[in-house]
Amino acid sequence: MIIKDKSLIKSSEITDKAIFLSRRKLIKAAAGLSLAPFVPSVIADVNAQKKYQSIPVGPYSAALKVTDFEDVSSYTNYYEFTSNKSDSTALAKGLKTSPWNVTIEGEAEKTGVFNLEDILKANPLQERIYRFRCVEAWAMVVPWIGFPLGEMLKQFKPTSKAKYVEFTTLYNPEVMIGQKSASLEWPYVEGLRMDEAMHPLSFLATGMYDDELPNQNGAPLRLIVPWKYGFKSIKAIVKIRFSEEMPATAWNKSSAGEYGFYANVNPEVPHPRWSQSRERVLGGGLFTPKRDTEKFNGYGEQVASLYSGMDLKKFF
Amino acid sequence: MRLSKKSWAVIKTIVFLLSLLPFLFLVNDALQNQLGANPIETLHFRLGDWAIRFLCIGLVLTPIKKLFKQSWPTRFRRMMGLFAFFYASLHFLVYSILDLELSWRLFIDEVPNSPYILIGLFTYALLIPLALTSTKGMQKRLGKWWIQIHRLVYLAAVTAVVHYLWLVKADYNEPLLYAAIVFILLLLRVRFKGQLYRYQRTSN
Repeated sequence: MIIKDKSLIKSSEITDKAIFLSRRKLIKAAAGLSLAPFVPSVIADVNAQKKYQSIPVGPYSAALKVTDFEDVSSYTNYYEFTSNKSDSTALAKGLKTSPWNVTIEGEAEKTGVFNLEDILKANPLQERIYRFRCVEAWAMVVPWIGFPLGEMLKQFKPTSKAKYVEFTTLYNPEVMIGQKSASLEWPYVEGLRMDEAMHPLSFLATGMYDDELPNQNGAPLRLIVPWKYGFKSIKAIVKIRFSEEMPATAWNKSSAGEYGFYANVNPEVPHPRWSQSRERVLGGGLFTPKRDTEKFNGYGEQVASLYSGMDLKKFF
Repeated sequence: MRLSKKSWAVIKTIVFLLSLLPFLFLVNDALQNQLGANPIETLHFRLGDWAIRFLCIGLVLTPIKKLFKQSWPTRFRRMMGLFAFFYASLHFLVYSILDLELSWRLFIDEVPNSPYILIGLFTYALLIPLALTSTKGMQKRLGKWWIQIHRLVYLAAVTAVVHYLWLVKADYNEPLLYAAIVFILLLLRVRFKGQLYRYQRTSN
């Protein structure tokens, strides 16, 4: 995998904004086709209303073919609304994502209720193009807009007692009607070990594809841990808690033998009911074969050391 | 219902075409690129849904016949059973060709570790002899054995539901609905058998 560690000059300093955007868009969309001179104005107009179009590309963004926005935004596991991956789009429309508060609790010096807008002001946005791999063996590549989780957590000055970070999704069964069903224990909780949370790959996203996150993709704030199965990447976060104990996480509580706390992408450790050795990349059509799953979803070079000495078959 | 042979032929043709509709919709959606972000999964799931639905439709005919003392349901039993087999076959083919790429290596790698796939394959294996012996000729040739063989459909309905339940991650509503339907359909048979038994005893 190619990791680009670009140090980007702010776009507005080097090129006229519209031209820059159109180029950037085309590079992403056309993947190398040199159409740039022919369509810039049209593309710029299309993007005119997007909120995050001039966000710079951050480090660790792999040179991968980005999955179509249509696919990423119409195929989501969001059990708070439904277990149906396409029905979640319409059901999630009713969720009010602004104003949005995030409660910071537990083993940190600075705790309390924080407005998301203030959090965003304190954390400059960047784009990360990451692989995303679901435990159900489908995968995609998404350009997320957000900021490194670790940088944000540091601002709350976690104490030496903080060994884990626990995240909680909004609980509002009137709107999130899936929460009326007992499919999982609500609210949804996820967690990371402190060193995992502080790893520069761990990311909090508030947007994707140059715009705000669609509700079904976890607006207004979601976690992205690209080397772990997608269920770790909790959506609509309202609470972050620093704790001494390992958090009890939603899918682990639902079926401990199938969904571990670590949930690192690993082709060698099958789900008890299905193989993880291959994955279906979305957007491939009917006759594209599955691809081989990569250990740590292709981020082994960056994260394997977090788990040195651990038996990954035991701590799955 | 007293209808002419010709009328029944027309009705049967209409039922046949209606039963084919889910397949035609799928083909249309595939050609129009309307199968969503994961088209293979959509094909696979929708075909599986229709296989289990036609199994249920096939199993509801005899209870209707007995409850309402009608003879017409029997006329559709073979067609509904064969449509269940048709959708199950396509479901199996989509998995074998588009997912496993007809590769033994992948089959050996992935299938033995997936109990729900194993029971799915078992279900399909049960349906094969039923489809093969569905003709009138086979029915005559096999005599009383025909009924015995075709009781396998009860087992197939149960294993089909288990196949569905076993693949679900957390939301069991839909497979449980099918489980309830199959349970009721099988329970009705136990009841009828009891009734029949009582009837025979009193008439003796």
